[in-house]
Amino acid sequence: MSQQLKTPTLIDVRGPRFSATITVIVLAIALATQNAWVLALQAVVFAIGAIRGPQFTPYAFIFKRVVKPRLRGEVVTEDSRPPQFAQSVGFIFALVGLLGAAIGSSLVFGIAVGFALAAAFLNSVFNYCLGCEMYLLVLRIRTR
Amino acid sequence: MKSLLPLVIVLVLATAYGIWHKMREGTFKVRKAKAAVLDAKMLGAPLGSRVTLVQFSSAFCTPCRTTRALLSQMTADMDDVAHLHIDAEANLDLVNRLNILSTPTTLILDKSGTEVGRAVGAPKRDEVLAAIASVK
Repeated sequence: MSQQLKTPTLIDVRGPRFSATITVIVLAIALATQNAWVLALQAVVFAIGAIRGPQFTPYAFIFKRVVKPRLRGEVVTEDSRPPQFAQSVGFIFALVGLLGAAIGSSLVFGIAVGFALAAAFLNSVFNYCLGCEMYLLVLRIRTR
Repeated sequence: MKSLLPLVIVLVLATAYGIWHKMREGTFKVRKAKAAVLDAKMLGAPLGSRVTLVQFSSAFCTPCRTTRALLSQMTADMDDVAHLHIDAEANLDLVNRLNILSTPTTLILDKSGTEVGRAVGAPKRDEVLAAIASVK
């Protein structure tokens, strides 16, 4: 986890929530149509968010160019690392889903997309913090 | 369109979980059985003379920052209450021993260092005040 050593980048909290909403729509389409190409597209977005940061995805670009100029109110910022962690978790689920599609298992595909969709939905609607719930569990399992 | 059923199932389950999670978030739960006893040596800082709030935080956690600001601001003018902040990642032994599963988790200790309750998630001001007041 080398990114912890970097100084935190502060981003508008509404950006990741907007991106999560688009993610919900894309993954819902992937799940309903069983379309691996739609999931592959989302996997690329997750990969950018996980590696470069959530503020560099195409969804964040739409937020910055189209949504943000129309928003009013005080800008609340957050550390970019919690949403970046969530993007990595999303990427892992997307990879598992693609693997499922590659071996022809619609069950593996459906479960993986279902979990990614649930996480994005919780983030979008309930402001759920995946890093809060999962990071410590991952650490505890790894150090056991 | 293959089938909408999986989509509906996922959204219903996620909504139910989201509501359940929101309801219990930040509320102090009383622990009666096998309460942990902590001391200044384990925590790396002295206990409060009446109450100690021990907050566990981690890096990938936005509400940890708000919780830390709220608790330190609230306890600043309380002489008998201490607020200790612990990085969960650097203290995994303690995290394992206290069975802390997510961040932020805030333990409330009485003057002997015995855990009398804990809140998982960002607590609200009123909840914290009530929890502090309930400790004898």
